[in-house]
Amino acid sequence: MQKVFEKPVSIDEKPFSYCAGCTHGIIHRLVAESIDELGIREKVIGVAPVGCSVFAYEFFNFDMCSAAHGRAPAVATGIKRARPENIVFTYQGDGDLAAIGTAEIVHAAARAEKITTIFVNNAIYGMTGGQMAPTTLVGQKTDTTPYGRKVENQGYPIKVAEMLSTLEGANYIERVTVISPAHVNKAKAAIKKAFQYQIEGKGFNLIEVLSTCPSCWGMSPIKAIEWLKANMIPHYPLGVYKDGAKTE
Amino acid sequence: MAKIEVNADRCKGCLLCAEFCPKKIIKQSDVLNSKGYYPAMQTEPEKCVGCAACAKMCPDVAITVYR
Repeated sequence: MQKVFEKPVSIDEKPFSYCAGCTHGIIHRLVAESIDELGIREKVIGVAPVGCSVFAYEFFNFDMCSAAHGRAPAVATGIKRARPENIVFTYQGDGDLAAIGTAEIVHAAARAEKITTIFVNNAIYGMTGGQMAPTTLVGQKTDTTPYGRKVENQGYPIKVAEMLSTLEGANYIERVTVISPAHVNKAKAAIKKAFQYQIEGKGFNLIEVLSTCPSCWGMSPIKAIEWLKANMIPHYPLGVYKDGAKTE
Repeated sequence: MAKIEVNADRCKGCLLCAEFCPKKIIKQSDVLNSKGYYPAMQTEPEKCVGCAACAKMCPDVAITVYR
């Protein structure tokens, strides 16, 4: 018998600190596998966010740095411009990217920065204990919307992939999820493509990954996957939103 | 012939592997790991086809697949 599936080299030995069943770990693995397969582990510099994945630099086996809350795209811009030979990516959650970091991500995309962003959307603030996020669905119960998010009070959730795909500077924007082996395969292909584009000198590239938060949603890992499928995918449709930046 | 190996110390017993195993041959162990979780374990290894569906769904990269 031969090994046909094992932990990628780009994932470190340290066990993940995520809750049981949280799909952050699957997304970490897809990033690591893509980097291994493209043979860029020695060239990659990742930027960790603030949020549950704040310790991402402990779990990836390549160079990483941390940014202030929401500022990962600004830090990544600096790294990429100073060291264009490196492959630079940010790994951010929805509380980081779509709330405090909205300005940074919008302008990084508008400037067509040659970076890759992995955006993990679980419709809630996970690390701080389950408060409403900008991506929380209408009607969704959280710690700060105990009766469900109401449009008259909190407005509407932000659709990041759709919003960024309107910018001319965006090169590749796709929304995927990781709720079944088939979805995982598609997500892997998208993440790998987002890195491949950067290797070719193209940007800005963003993959939005719909992810579960069993702890803060108050569900078992399997119920959380069912909830994501029934509630998040209708509001956040999967698919390619942009492929190819405007060229003059 | 195929089999899986679960790294019991990485596993948190979320059982996404068991849910997506097409042969339904992954169960929860009744022995605690060092972190206090009941990890996943394979039963009836002769039925395993090595499809790696479990490993693809594992959020803790705890599964190695042999085929």
